[in-house]
Amino acid sequence: MSDTPRSDAAVAGDAALSPPPIVRIRNLSKHYVRGDQAVPVLTDITLDIPEGDFLALMGPSGSGKSTLLNLIAGIDKPSGGELTVGGLNIAQLSEAELADWRAANIGFIFQFYNLMPVLTAFENVELPLMLTDLSRSDRRERVELALSLVGLADRMKHYPNELSGGQQQRVAIARAIITDPTLIVADEPTGDLDKKSAADVLALLQQLNREMGKTIIMVTHDPGAVRAARHVTHLEKGELLGTEVVSGE
Amino acid sequence: MIAKLIVKNIFRARLRSLLTLIGLVIAVLAFGLLRTVVDAWYAGSDMASANRLITRNAISLTFTLPTYYRERVRAIDGVTQVSLSSWFGGIYQDPKNFFPQFAVTLPTHFNLYPEFLMPPEQMDAMLKDRTGCLIGRTLADNYGWKIGDKIPLQGTIYPGTWEFTVRGIFDGKDDGTVTRQMYFHWDYLNERVKQGFPRAADRVGVFVVGIREGDRAAELSAAIDAEFKNSLAETLTETEKAFQLSFVAQTETIVAAIRLVSFVVIIIILAVVANTMAMTVRERVAEYATLKALGFAPGFVVALIFGESLTLTLLGGALGMVLSFPVIATFKSFVGSIFPVFRLSEATLWWQFGAVVVVGLLAAVLPAIRSARIRIVDGLRHVA
Repeated sequence: MSDTPRSDAAVAGDAALSPPPIVRIRNLSKHYVRGDQAVPVLTDITLDIPEGDFLALMGPSGSGKSTLLNLIAGIDKPSGGELTVGGLNIAQLSEAELADWRAANIGFIFQFYNLMPVLTAFENVELPLMLTDLSRSDRRERVELALSLVGLADRMKHYPNELSGGQQQRVAIARAIITDPTLIVADEPTGDLDKKSAADVLALLQQLNREMGKTIIMVTHDPGAVRAARHVTHLEKGELLGTEVVSGE
Repeated sequence: MIAKLIVKNIFRARLRSLLTLIGLVIAVLAFGLLRTVVDAWYAGSDMASANRLITRNAISLTFTLPTYYRERVRAIDGVTQVSLSSWFGGIYQDPKNFFPQFAVTLPTHFNLYPEFLMPPEQMDAMLKDRTGCLIGRTLADNYGWKIGDKIPLQGTIYPGTWEFTVRGIFDGKDDGTVTRQMYFHWDYLNERVKQGFPRAADRVGVFVVGIREGDRAAELSAAIDAEFKNSLAETLTETEKAFQLSFVAQTETIVAAIRLVSFVVIIIILAVVANTMAMTVRERVAEYATLKALGFAPGFVVALIFGESLTLTLLGGALGMVLSFPVIATFKSFVGSIFPVFRLSEATLWWQFGAVVVVGLLAAVLPAIRSARIRIVDGLRHVA
């Protein structure tokens, strides 16, 4: 892993060797309407994210990075442009179709973990599988595997309030990978963690990317977190500034 | 999973859920109690038979009829038997010890009321004793009276001291049958009246008329009244139910007020549960948004909210319904002398059940709509 981002030219060279993009964005825009005024949040974004990438989206507050992540994850709809994930133009899907698509293709990791406080770690991880046809025993097998992978096999019966922040985020990561999604989206996954827990979570994400080939898109403010990614894309005032290689890919 | 989420969520804010449950229990109890009071008000008319008519003086119930009308009524085709019945209005020891007493024709009167169950030997004993009386089981239990006991009454309409000997105790066919009254021989009353007030003798309060076919009640009522048209004492004949309801009608406003209060209680608890659900949903907006982000349809979130609201109200409702039995039994011990029949009916239980279901559903409507409509990105940003 390199501490210094590489140039756009180097990235272009990488892109030529990369597999086809799993996320293809063309002239994407998003604006919100406040009263009778349209407030632009993203303007004319064009971006390709190759399969197996670990991309960090960086930028100051209000730069539109979380909005871009939400659009890619299908929890928000663009105002214009084209957004294709895994070859599917998700901007054209209905709410119900989007919900099914997210369940099958997207793993979410949130800054504040967003676990159900009344469910155990096991039940939280099992939650997305309730939308599948898997049998109870298959679900159990998968959940146990996912929790083992994040190092929480001995915390299955614990409730979120019985776990540390880092442990809760690892449960959230287990929940994100339980359906074997096409894409994992992480919004400030280390934003609420201490340094040690943040490092553990980033190492885990890196492991998912390197060893399991998971495509991860992560929004972060933290330059330290960026070092775990392969590429970093900078945004400012809703515009894309460029993409750089972070580590030695 | 949905059931697990519902049950676990209910007891998340324990104090709030507990207070809401207590409110529900009290509301369901109050609703059941008030409806039971309304039922008790109509108990007399509910036990009325379609095969019995009441013939009274057309002017007012306070005016009597000559007893010789009895034979003319009995002669009308379709009439099976006729009993005389006069309200006695005696006082047992103290006016507060109120219970109804009637002078009737025996055994005809009991033939007209097959819902009164009594061993035949007790009726035989009654027929042999001019000053005997028959009392209902509830009345016997209230005062601890048994067969052979003497009951002294102070006459009000018929002055003097009257003493009766208990010759029979009758039970009701079911717990809706009123058994809190006393019957004695109309002939005995008439004898005493002849001695003290000859001008009032051979007159009766009402005739209880048995008819063969209940669906001819209107026709036979008209026939009886036509029989005495333009006489000195014209009659008014109506079904026993209509006769009983004419008493209830005098207190219709009170009954209407009680009914209204019973529904107000439900509206109040609806507001309480709706507030609980609104607070609950407001606190969990981020959770619902997370569920939707994970791929759960808005309908799942709506089902969670309705499920939680219904489970809460059904739990409170079930507790309230179970507690209604002892509470109403206790209440009965205080108001037994006012209401001859005071019991929690099956209909009231269904009303209670229906009320909690309606409250559970209505309380969840607005929170469910709100949670279904909220955008995921807005919900994820939400801080409770």
